[in-house]
Amino acid sequence: MKQNTYRRRYLINFAALLALFAAAVVIGMIGGSTVKLKLTPSIWQCSYLIIMAASLNLVLGFLGQLSLGHCGFMAVGAYAAALFSLALQRAGFYTEKAGPAFFLVLVGSILIAGLAAALLGLLVGIPALRLKGDYLAIITLGFGMIIVNIINNLPFCGQQGLGQGSASSALYATGLGFSNDEKMRYLWVSVLAVILCMTVMFLFVRSKYGRCIRAIRDNEIAASASGIHVSYYKVLTFTLSAFFAGITGALYACCNGALSTSSFAFTNGSILNSVFIVVMVVVGGMGSLTGSVIAAVVLFLLNYTIKNGGWVAALPAFLQNIFTYPMLVYSIALIIVILFRPRGIMGSREFALCDVPKWPGWIRTHFTSRADSAGKGADTHA
Amino acid sequence: MLEIKDLHVHYGAIHALKGISLTVGDGELVSLIGANGAGKTTALHTISGLLAASSGSVTLDGQDLQKVPANTIIGLGLAHVPEGRHVFARMSVEENLRMGAYILRDPKKLAEHLETVYSHFPRLKERRRQLAGTLSGGEQQMLATGRALMTGPNMLLMDEPSMGLSPLLVKEIFSIIEELHKSGITILLVEQNAKMALAVSDRAYVLETGTISMEGPAAALAADDRVRKAYLGA
Repeated sequence: MKQNTYRRRYLINFAALLALFAAAVVIGMIGGSTVKLKLTPSIWQCSYLIIMAASLNLVLGFLGQLSLGHCGFMAVGAYAAALFSLALQRAGFYTEKAGPAFFLVLVGSILIAGLAAALLGLLVGIPALRLKGDYLAIITLGFGMIIVNIINNLPFCGQQGLGQGSASSALYATGLGFSNDEKMRYLWVSVLAVILCMTVMFLFVRSKYGRCIRAIRDNEIAASASGIHVSYYKVLTFTLSAFFAGITGALYACCNGALSTSSFAFTNGSILNSVFIVVMVVVGGMGSLTGSVIAAVVLFLLNYTIKNGGWVAALPAFLQNIFTYPMLVYSIALIIVILFRPRGIMGSREFALCDVPKWPGWIRTHFTSRADSAGKGADTHA
Repeated sequence: MLEIKDLHVHYGAIHALKGISLTVGDGELVSLIGANGAGKTTALHTISGLLAASSGSVTLDGQDLQKVPANTIIGLGLAHVPEGRHVFARMSVEENLRMGAYILRDPKKLAEHLETVYSHFPRLKERRRQLAGTLSGGEQQMLATGRALMTGPNMLLMDEPSMGLSPLLVKEIFSIIEELHKSGITILLVEQNAKMALAVSDRAYVLETGTISMEGPAAALAADDRVRKAYLGA
């Protein structure tokens, strides 16, 4: 009986993901010019934001450690992918952005981006995670700042960044960077990357490993007394999180013809900022991967529509002025969430398609009694 | 089976344990009593490897525990019930218990131990789907104890099981401790509630600001004037 419900759930989820993937393939084939100029670039951006938020959630929500340099790993991934594809292009491995050779390069550069970031995550994580307290936050904060400067000063990355420096101007033309046409043609790549990464993360947090890291989050002493090697699991989770951040870097490199380290820097006032990713995790719910997905999309849409939407113009004049400072709007949004829904949109629950028919009741229990939405979290399975 | 010789522990400049020695024999229930800050928890944390000693030795059945990493000590049959009911608050009761059996590779044994724990603590079975953080204080203490039993240890280190519990629950917890002792588990009990601790123990040590000031059979200590004055409020 229980076995059957699980099987049904897995089947439903699998079918939904398959439909999503099929939709991406179809849109990529038949999309018109509006789709090409607006929808597909948005989906690409969403895809890396989703993976970023979810991967940070592994560390922040499930392991309970604050990491403030997540975009640093993304930068490493982006440059690793760009350089790898550029090198192969220079070597003549592929000449156009189509065909099996290019596809291999695409997959290869995504994996290499992940591995490079994971290696760095391991190097940063081993010393940082053996310390107790807030050291991880401090060290990752420093890492996020330092890595940008290191990349800036590497001759093969270029002071101005790949694509703008003289040696690397070919990135946009022939390297990994996609034009709008290619973004649409390869839309399925971004969707598939999200599906695969999210699936792996789900399996991870539902596994024995996931239970161990939640145990460490809840109580390190008790975890250690139960025989869990605390440092090992911390470093493992941090490295895995960095791996996925690296993958988002590769997606970012595909999405943007030119790379510049300033896009990953702390001073970056746009949506790609390590602190902003933390905000996404908090808004979505620490300990809920589906919450991260929802928050990434919601905050992306907020960011996008503030910049491009008509609704800001429809507001009274005195309100419009606020929206010229988007960061101010995000801060207000964060304060509202913390005040009214301190556990984030999803708390530590996961969104499950099977629960959809039960929604009216779910909304009743969740939005009327704020006090104890935690108590039910343990029973849900995605 | 557990032997501590001349153990010194420092927290930075603070000399927390100033050379304590004690032994716990097979099947014994020994308690370590003392006031706040005497070093009782420090002693337990050093035994289970959570703290490093500055000098002295801790041996379990002849094996030097100082050389064994904290997370493998449990594999030697020594389980630790930390002070203040350290449960995994956002995990269910059963998940907590399963975490306790983390080092067990054999699912059959795990199920067996789960049944044993549930037979000791029927209340936990009733609440097995509930989040541990929502349990009452006494239930959390039962859960922390049950979790330590999940590996089927020979020896249990218990740190202030009565802390913050109502008198009725303290009685219940102590009757469980006696029950565990009768089932053959060796127990080193650290307690501030000297009266209850001495009532159930075979032997006891009195710890005062980092040194052992008295030791002997529990009944003799309970009758001792100094102990009565200092710890039993008589």
